[in-house]
Amino acid sequence: MTRDSKTRPAVAVTGIGIVTPLGLGVADNWAALCAGRSGIRRITRFPTDHLRTTIAGTVELPNEDLSRAASSQRVTRYATLAAEEALATAGLPVGRFPGPLMLGMPPVETEWATRFALARRAAGATPTYPVLVDAAEGWQEMYRKAAFAGPGETLAEHFGTRGAPIATSTACATGATAIQLGVEAIRRGEAEAVLAIGADGTVEPESLIRFSLLSALSTRNDDPAKAARPFEKTRDGFVMSEGAACLVLESLEHAKARGAKVLGYVRGCGEKSDSFHRTRSNPNGEAVIAAMRNAIVDAGLTPDAIHYVNAHGTGTPENDKMETLGMRAVFGDAAPPISSNKSMIGHTLSAAGAIEAAFSLLAIRDGVLPPTINHEEPDPAIALDVVPNRARDAKVVNVLSNSFGFGGQNVCLVLSGEPA
Amino acid sequence: MADNDIWVTGIGLVSAAGESRAAHLAALAKPEPAALDTTSFAPFPLHPGPPLELDRQIPKKGDQRQMEPWQRLGTYAAGLAIDDAAARDLVAEMDLIVAAGGGERDIALDDSILAALAPLPPEAAAVKLNEMLAGGLRPTLFLAQLSNLLAGNISIVHGVTGSSRTFMGEESAGADALRIAAARLAEGSSRIALVGGAYIATRWDMLLLHSAGGLLRRGAWAPVFSRADEPGAVCGTQAAFLVLEAAAHARARGAKGLARLGLVATGQARRSAADPGHTAVAQALQHVAPRLPEGPLPVISGCTGVAQPTVLEREVLGGMHRPLAVRAAGSRFGWGVEAAFPANAALAALCLAEGAFPVPMEPLEAPFPGPPSDILVTGFGAWRGEAVAHLAAIPAEEQA
Repeated sequence: MTRDSKTRPAVAVTGIGIVTPLGLGVADNWAALCAGRSGIRRITRFPTDHLRTTIAGTVELPNEDLSRAASSQRVTRYATLAAEEALATAGLPVGRFPGPLMLGMPPVETEWATRFALARRAAGATPTYPVLVDAAEGWQEMYRKAAFAGPGETLAEHFGTRGAPIATSTACATGATAIQLGVEAIRRGEAEAVLAIGADGTVEPESLIRFSLLSALSTRNDDPAKAARPFEKTRDGFVMSEGAACLVLESLEHAKARGAKVLGYVRGCGEKSDSFHRTRSNPNGEAVIAAMRNAIVDAGLTPDAIHYVNAHGTGTPENDKMETLGMRAVFGDAAPPISSNKSMIGHTLSAAGAIEAAFSLLAIRDGVLPPTINHEEPDPAIALDVVPNRARDAKVVNVLSNSFGFGGQNVCLVLSGEPA
Repeated sequence: MADNDIWVTGIGLVSAAGESRAAHLAALAKPEPAALDTTSFAPFPLHPGPPLELDRQIPKKGDQRQMEPWQRLGTYAAGLAIDDAAARDLVAEMDLIVAAGGGERDIALDDSILAALAPLPPEAAAVKLNEMLAGGLRPTLFLAQLSNLLAGNISIVHGVTGSSRTFMGEESAGADALRIAAARLAEGSSRIALVGGAYIATRWDMLLLHSAGGLLRRGAWAPVFSRADEPGAVCGTQAAFLVLEAAAHARARGAKGLARLGLVATGQARRSAADPGHTAVAQALQHVAPRLPEGPLPVISGCTGVAQPTVLEREVLGGMHRPLAVRAAGSRFGWGVEAAFPANAALAALCLAEGAFPVPMEPLEAPFPGPPSDILVTGFGAWRGEAVAHLAAIPAEEQA
């Protein structure tokens, strides 16, 4: 049987790759996550003078310094590393991928290093925009770094994916949207396999300042490892981070036909957008609740069949409130354990939905719930089992992974050990 | 799985020609470009957008203030499309895909920072940059230009809350948005969709990127197929949204269709000797060719005037081995980047609904004795990405 309960092609995961501030690769990341280690540190990539927040999760690669690279180059590099690992696990060659690329990534643009370089090119002239535009004429490397299509184009060429790559952004839900687009393409019969990636690399001064100006970031700079405190009374915002995860998605039929080992399934996808506010959910929680319910229904399940929830869990007071409300509404008094990977890796933004889907599959594989660390002072308003501080053994078949984005774009996935 | 017929039941168009169906029909009947500005951004000629009464589609001033011009333009055009489709009461179930731009800058702040810091050594400049950005950036600017927030604002202002996805990737984003929305309608997983994009041409920060790509025409304006002297695009402010629905859904609510949306195919060639850019769209065209009527084939081309894709498009269309009546939409409205493909699909739908076709603007555009029954829409991206769509007129007896 290669179809799900709704007679659609079941979508198997045959490859996983992960890059986060905790390390490079599935094994290192999962071990660190289960050990409750934090990947948050003081920023050394650029000077932090005059900044309210001076901590972040930054990916450190062996023998490779990407601190002066453009964000889009970090996105491309992390995505490449994650996809190479996922393909190796899936037993597929690099360069001839049998399906399209769905890339979740942040918006990219010309950054300050490039503006300064243009000012140097225009030596002498006051560096106003018309002068920069003139100095930029035909500098194709600059175009590749700043065009939205740039990372997808590079990745599509390297991995030999088919068709036009899709680059998508739904803010903090981006990685989940990339996976959802892949699941839908397989269910429609449009593709037998999809390379689904969520990647981010925007820990750079202006992006940090922009989030800081929204008062979204933790300013607990003195003890970086303790800064991300989702579902805890003293949380004060999220910690910016970066990384990538890749899932090789295949129709179960395609995976079986080539004898691939199935690591798990993406069994359901649900989304619902909010029309309330640019950065806040409707206080009644209807969009968040509907996204969670839609994913569970799409998976052909009922709430009682969900064994664990991988939280959006950013550590902002707003998210804690809304996610708790959502959990209560969907699961009633019998809410399953919920934990936040972001307590350790920070908020990897456009990568988060994909990284957390990958961790959800590993929780199913090993029967382990990763903890929510920094849980020191419980918040009486959050009556949830957040798997505080220590990983826990548990039998897990179905996981709901939540992603709620600025702009009201909410996407939830059901990852499962069973196709239907 | 269902394999539904898909209708375009509403369009929202804004360009240098103005807004609404009538303004665009009038522009198509004239052999000249819509509004043109050759001085403000010299040496780059541009097609500026029309003044908009924003209150008509974005009634709250507070909402208007939370958006930069690109988001306002897109939100406005999305509202026009919803009204055109008489679909205001369907917004809660409407699935939204936006082909997004973004990247709008505070030009004055950037200029002042560069003037102050360009002369400094890099280490000192980096420290001072933090200070000037932290003190100078408007807190609202981030979200007001953020790519996924055009979709967010369409949800907030118009209540479109079925689902919300944002694609990024210049022209390809617009074509794939249309393709995926149509695919979901065809299989029955979506019943009504809103798809489109917006682009503001009159901005130095946008010109900066396209200039680096070597994609812009400098100097005097010329129609798209007559730019051999200085190949490149002339940017145009543009926004286009289409309401798409399964034909049965439209009929059931008494909505008329402008056109049937058939094939939408996209590809991304390397544009190298090994992968010149013919395969994907050429195959798609072979697939659709037997269904097209005889006689000159009307084509609304997204040709930008950039040298290589212009050649590729000519070769691919030439490979159909039949007479063509090609019209470069860019000659009238300019290059609308993410908005271009949705806009050209909307123009095709408008032509099919009204029995109209653009009058030729240059010798390469062969006469077409309308009205058209089928129109091909092409989108050979200035840098990458190839796309084609086929739209057909809906016979009167099939309308509600």
